[in-house]
Amino acid sequence: MSEQAATDRSTLVTPFNVIAGIIVIIGLVLTAIRFTKGLGATTNLSDYNPWGIWIGFDLLVGVALAAGGYVTSAAVYIFGMKKYHAAVRPAILTGFLGYALVVFALHYDVGQPWRLPYPFLVSQGTTSLLFEVGACVALYLTVLFIEFSPAAMEWLGLKRARSIVVKLTMLLTIFGVILSTLHQSSLGALFLIAPSKLHPLWYSPYIPIYFFVTSTIAGLSMVIFESTLSHHYFHNKMDDAHKEGHNDLALGFGKAAAWVLAGYFIIKVIGVAADDNWHYLATGYGAWFLFEMLGFVALPAFLYAVGARDKNTKLIRWTAAWTVLGIVVNRLNVSMVAFNYHLPSSERYFPHWMEIAISVFIVTVGILVFRFIVTRMPILYEHPDYESH
Amino acid sequence: MSISRRKFLGWMGAAGLAGTIGTKAQAASNKEFTGYPDSVAVLHDITRCVGCRKCEAACNTVNELPGPDRPFDDLTVLNEKRRTTAKTYTVVNQFGGEKPVFAKIQCNHCLEPACASACFVKAFTKTPEGAVVYNAKICVGCRYCMIACPFEIPTYEYDEPFTPRVMKCTMCHPRVVNGQLPGCVESCPTEALIFGKRSELLKVARQRIADYPERYVDHIYGEEEMGGTHWLYLSDTAFSEVGLREDLGTIPAGALTKGALGAVPMVVGLWPVLLTGIYAINKRKEKIATAEQQAAVTHAIAETTADAEAKLAAAMEKAGKEKEAAIEREVKKALDEAAKAAAEAAKNDQDAGGSAETSEDA
Repeated sequence: MSEQAATDRSTLVTPFNVIAGIIVIIGLVLTAIRFTKGLGATTNLSDYNPWGIWIGFDLLVGVALAAGGYVTSAAVYIFGMKKYHAAVRPAILTGFLGYALVVFALHYDVGQPWRLPYPFLVSQGTTSLLFEVGACVALYLTVLFIEFSPAAMEWLGLKRARSIVVKLTMLLTIFGVILSTLHQSSLGALFLIAPSKLHPLWYSPYIPIYFFVTSTIAGLSMVIFESTLSHHYFHNKMDDAHKEGHNDLALGFGKAAAWVLAGYFIIKVIGVAADDNWHYLATGYGAWFLFEMLGFVALPAFLYAVGARDKNTKLIRWTAAWTVLGIVVNRLNVSMVAFNYHLPSSERYFPHWMEIAISVFIVTVGILVFRFIVTRMPILYEHPDYESH
Repeated sequence: MSISRRKFLGWMGAAGLAGTIGTKAQAASNKEFTGYPDSVAVLHDITRCVGCRKCEAACNTVNELPGPDRPFDDLTVLNEKRRTTAKTYTVVNQFGGEKPVFAKIQCNHCLEPACASACFVKAFTKTPEGAVVYNAKICVGCRYCMIACPFEIPTYEYDEPFTPRVMKCTMCHPRVVNGQLPGCVESCPTEALIFGKRSELLKVARQRIADYPERYVDHIYGEEEMGGTHWLYLSDTAFSEVGLREDLGTIPAGALTKGALGAVPMVVGLWPVLLTGIYAINKRKEKIATAEQQAAVTHAIAETTADAEAKLAAAMEKAGKEKEAAIEREVKKALDEAAKAAAEAAKNDQDAGGSAETSEDA
């Protein structure tokens, strides 16, 4: 026992842990500043720019990249693709942590975070898309928690509780898909109310659909991306089903992502045509829009398709990482780059270093919790005492 | 994972019902809100404004806002473009070169306010009197109102760490319900601001345009913009040149989001059907595949068994025949041998005398 503790201590001091530790310490200091000095002291937010990266990155990107949970559980339990069963638990865990961190991050952004339950308990602003986002995110976080709980219960040995929760799998999956459809699209619909502020190439009546469709792309790509990283760093935690399903998963999800990206490209072109926005393509914003469309939609669609045809999982894995980056670019474009495009550059927003540091801190906390869980609970392997569900 | 179909459908019904309770989207409604009758408004005639900032000073006083960075009689601030801030509900800006034009901005008090539509705790209320007022007691501080407002009016107390509020003009609602004028209107020395019923002010504005068509742009800003506002503007210069956007359209903010909100109950209603259907189809496919596989296996086994039996029977028959033949052969052989032996014995008898033949026959 003492020997084991000694090795634990020596493996604790790794380059990753040192860097993560420094980030966490800085994050805690900045958290103290944020909650004692206010938003003005820690952010570059202004009356023209009320939303910064804590919304653009932490909320919009965070929720999109956490879509792997509903995508994978729907594929396996509803569409009956049982060969991806081993991917469900890591995807649910990533989704659960993603949403938990989104809610955590919102506490930094809103002015009076202790009032976050107000929309549900005190005064329901049902005409607001943000109400819908809040309601769905709160419900879906609960759903993800229940979906994730069997792993924790197996770890803790709560057999009876687990057997009850496992019976709910199908219901939770369907509920999760409904809630995800609603809030993923509503995050885009938040911007419907501001056509005068969002550049016409990004503003569209179809923006809720764009956000929903890209969330499935994000989910598929993120599952491949996450499984690649897990395979690299947690290989010893994986059972044979995980190791063998690894390439199958990349090929299957990569192929699906190629199709969805192709469909997304088409509906984006339809959006430009429907509002007759072609002439904007010749402007500076147009060049950036084209870069997003060709570089982050058309290119990965093509690369995923080639990868799936040639069974080139390496290409698929790199494409997944590129697509994840594309989702980040898209969400930041809508919430920041193309938002307030009409204002002079002196009135535009660029994040304060403390805003970036807090976002990095939150992502780091997510990675640390993920590592804590997969090194302890049956996420990447099946618990020998329990039948899979 | 196994649940009965009946249980499953029951759950889905409950989920659908729970999702629809408490939402109040009026997507398919044909109701139209044309404003509260007798609601009041302010008409700002930009041609009469001299940029004295008296309205700013009065606003600061009646709303008990913090003191200004530069005194209100310092008119050099007009040289830079300003906006509303957490300390100022209204500002006057100067436009143009030789013959400057002055225009005041503040909350326009929309008929159907974007801020109120966007707020997820209903912190904004459109009062029957016309003002859009804010309730700091329930505000969470999400600042979606500031994203939503097309006039970029609401501001936030970013420097207030514990109880930051959204700050904006209230059209002096507490004064108006007491029969007083808004601070800015009361202080205006040139009647560039006049207060009255919105319907009356529209008539006044139309009359002014009709009386001095060469002086005014033929448009009342705020009559239709974003569905109409309770702050109306007349100008001799294009509105877009005095800080008022002309590309906002006439659709009220709520209409921009009602389609998306209206889709919510549809998704809640139909997704369970669609997803259960896909699940059921896959389940059925699986069942059929299993059944077919089972049937194929059973068939194969039966065929093999029959084949084997036939083969066995044939083999048995063959073996039986062979055995018979062997017996026959053995019998024949024995008989032959017996005959041969007899013949030899007879030959020996013939050699040894007749007595031996007689004993063998016996």
